[in-house]
Amino acid sequence: MQSTARNFKHNAHDALRDANLQDSLSKLKVGFSERRRQAAERLPEFEALRDRARDIKDHTLANLDFYLEEFERKVLALGGHVHWAPTAEDARRIIADLCKGAGARTIAKSKSMISEEIGLNDHLETLGIEPVETDLGEYIIQLRHEPPSHIIAPAVHLTKDQVADTFLEHHRALGFTKRLTERNDLVAEARQVLRQKFLDADVGLNGANFLVAETGSSMLVTNEGNADLSNTLPKMQIVLASIEKVIPTLEDAAVLLRVLARSATGQESSAYTTLNTGPRRAGDLDGPSQYHVVILDNGRSSVLGTRMQDMLRCIRCGACMNHCPVYGAIGGHAYGWVYPGPIGAVLTPQLIGIEEAGDLPNASTFCGRCESVCPVRIPLPGLMRHWREREFERHLTPRTVRQGLALWSFLAQRPRLYRRLTGWANRLLAVFGRADGRFRSLPLASGWTRFRDFPAPQPGGTFHTQWARQRSRTRP
Amino acid sequence: MEPHQWTSGYATAGARFHLSGNRSGAIVAGVSSSPPRRVALFVTCLVDLFRPSVGFAAVKLLEDAGCIVEVPPLQVCCGQPAYNSGDRASTRAIARQVIDAFEGHPHVVAPSGSCAGMLAHHYPGLFEDDPAMKARAEHLAGRCHELTSFLVDVLGVTRVSARYDGAVTYHDSCSGLRELGVKQQPRTLLGSVHGLSLREMKTPEVCCGFGGTFCVKYPEISNAMVGEKTGDIAATGADTLLAGDLGCLMNMAGKLQREGRAVKVRHVAEVLADMGDEAPIGESR
Amino acid sequence: MSARSQILDGIRRSLHRGELGGEARAAVEQRLSAPPRGPSVARAQLPQPEKVALFCQWAEANNATVARVSAAEVPGEVAGYLARNNLPASAAMAPSPQLESYDWASQKMLSLRRGPAGALDHVSITGAFAGIAETGTVVMTSGPEHPVSLNLLPDTHVVVLREADIVSGYEDVWARLRTRYGKNAMPRTVNTITGPSRTGDIEQAMELGAHGPRRMHIVVVRE
Repeated sequence: MQSTARNFKHNAHDALRDANLQDSLSKLKVGFSERRRQAAERLPEFEALRDRARDIKDHTLANLDFYLEEFERKVLALGGHVHWAPTAEDARRIIADLCKGAGARTIAKSKSMISEEIGLNDHLETLGIEPVETDLGEYIIQLRHEPPSHIIAPAVHLTKDQVADTFLEHHRALGFTKRLTERNDLVAEARQVLRQKFLDADVGLNGANFLVAETGSSMLVTNEGNADLSNTLPKMQIVLASIEKVIPTLEDAAVLLRVLARSATGQESSAYTTLNTGPRRAGDLDGPSQYHVVILDNGRSSVLGTRMQDMLRCIRCGACMNHCPVYGAIGGHAYGWVYPGPIGAVLTPQLIGIEEAGDLPNASTFCGRCESVCPVRIPLPGLMRHWREREFERHLTPRTVRQGLALWSFLAQRPRLYRRLTGWANRLLAVFGRADGRFRSLPLASGWTRFRDFPAPQPGGTFHTQWARQRSRTRP
Repeated sequence: MEPHQWTSGYATAGARFHLSGNRSGAIVAGVSSSPPRRVALFVTCLVDLFRPSVGFAAVKLLEDAGCIVEVPPLQVCCGQPAYNSGDRASTRAIARQVIDAFEGHPHVVAPSGSCAGMLAHHYPGLFEDDPAMKARAEHLAGRCHELTSFLVDVLGVTRVSARYDGAVTYHDSCSGLRELGVKQQPRTLLGSVHGLSLREMKTPEVCCGFGGTFCVKYPEISNAMVGEKTGDIAATGADTLLAGDLGCLMNMAGKLQREGRAVKVRHVAEVLADMGDEAPIGESR
Repeated sequence: MSARSQILDGIRRSLHRGELGGEARAAVEQRLSAPPRGPSVARAQLPQPEKVALFCQWAEANNATVARVSAAEVPGEVAGYLARNNLPASAAMAPSPQLESYDWASQKMLSLRRGPAGALDHVSITGAFAGIAETGTVVMTSGPEHPVSLNLLPDTHVVVLREADIVSGYEDVWARLRTRYGKNAMPRTVNTITGPSRTGDIEQAMELGAHGPRRMHIVVVRE
């Protein structure tokens, strides 16, 4: 996918003026966070489970090579295939070859952020293979030629009316000529259209929430059941997963599942949690006869052992974006690439470069709400700060910011000089601001005063001036 | 200059802010029999420059609770502007200076969750490669408190002697809330203020969009965030907005005033210290 | 260098070590062979009758319907459910010994076909490998006795679950899987299903019946 992360400010500007988007975001801000809070409150063990979830992922990352090999061994033993893809290009090529080998014309996809990351759909289309997104949200945005705006709710930026218009436009040719107004009718129409696609598909492609090393299983969590249809009906199943998706055992999966659904949607459990292990067995009455797992690195292995490693704990629940006030203001598309919100702000610079995505880790108030809800306790503000440090070290921070910072930090390290200057500033601002107590505009502070008044200092001097004066008068 | 020379115990007339509160300790629950505690005030750069009354309110609250308050002179800023801009070297230099300035003070108290959080949570990590400094940073971290949390959690204060006639709403500033667990403490103390009623916002824990340099680096996003906040504030019908961090307060005050909303904005310490007649933030009277 | 070793060597380089060996390897192998359990969820640690009740409560909270009957009443309950909901009295049924043990012949109006689900089947009837009390989840394992498509394609899924197969949490299901299929061996597909298919993808409002069944009726069989 082509990044527009470099245009973050411009994207955000447009997003703030998009009435439909703002309407959708206003629902998101209260919905997800309130449901997560209630789910966490219903489970007294929730915080202990979060600790364990973090520890499981840390343990796995420290032994990642071992668990990946173990996973591979189990898959091969059952007659499945494992393909290793160091880069996005490798993964695209492997999947295209598998599809071609299967003579595939249509593939039924269930939601996979990794497939967005590697730009799979566009690639398959150029080869004449039709990838059909079957997750309802993904299907809607595929029809609209848009990228997902959220990692678990890809069409969360759209209103019902926009979906209705999109369906009318694209389903008319299939005989659906009525513009629908009710959500359940929209869901039913998509079900009908996509059911045929499932039956026609030659290949089912899905992501994985987890790869279980102990059993060689890929594990998928959905509410719709689309992933299950896509890995049951077609004759070939392809699982596309990145290296950090592997976990040791089923017991570990149980812990992670308990925090995943609650953090994501506030559900006690998602409707479908499915383990696929190898191809169909002798005697099985359905299921794919071929099972392939494509394991993607795409730069992740280089994050191990660094201060950024914690980002690889992510289980893609989306809680960080559901609780992020910046995401809540501008939505996911403004971030300009596949992964939005706080996790996107730390992951995107890693995957496409800090030069391209420099704004992302800066566009945060460090309010800490993301970290406070992360099921695997990723220190997201801390990781964003690391990126800012790297930008500063590499002189990628804008020059005006660097100069201002240099001046401020020079003064801050000279308390007496600082004191004198702030004393003058205080008096100056207090004098000019005396009448109203505030400024409607102020030189060098237009970023502030464009939208807000700027409070003037209280008259009477700085605290330290007054304190010293008071002290000298009262000293015996 | 010895730190003890800066104690406020003698302060009386002459200053703009009269520290003439109730010194008897009568309002202080559970601490009247303990020996006075020495407390160093970390004023914070914003309070120093824009709103000294918050500093004096903090001094009064601490003295009323039986503390001897000192203001170490070589303090400036906690270093967050550099820290959050990725300038680690400057942050370390400033942190060193703060650690030096507060050496030997048994308690360090700031009328800000953000600055106290910086000292308490972030300083030690700045010196991973310098065990001696790290130890000093950790020692400071363990002694550092946000004002209302120090009063309630450390000193056991549950009541203050203050009157404020009005309905207030309280914004939980992010760092205080999430780094230091400041949530109930200001509400406990506000509950004892005569004439005051508290009306909670729908989302008091959501960021106001200040974020230090964020608000000028991303003014449009910051504006959307603070606009949402002021809408939430106005919906409570409260006539006064309180919070524990001056940066957030200036941001919200500036937006409320630009929107022409008649909500007075004050730091919680001012109301608790019975200094509610001070002109509100951004107003001349 | 192969893609495989490129990735695995990259991981080892980043972790500043070679291939795991010695004690470190023994420790992870030990963890793999004796998987530690996470914090136990207290609400599901109950005597069997309460466990069954908790299962029913959560299944209903997740939009399934539940009927509790004796073995003799199963066919009647299934036929009755279909009639009450104006659903066709014909179904694709899993060819499992458990289901065959019920007296389906007693329901003259009910027409059953054994085998996987086709595109035109409106109703399926399956057994279940287990039920999870903690969340009201049913667990299906694939095999000659239970085609996966029955869990997914029809509009209405009727699940016949024995009380004795209701366990506390996932961990108990894993233990049963290991007993039934052998350690480290799994059926091709394990579906754990919590209520009917749903989606929140339009304006975050939950709608039932996205791709899988719109209705799930669980017949819990008393011993």
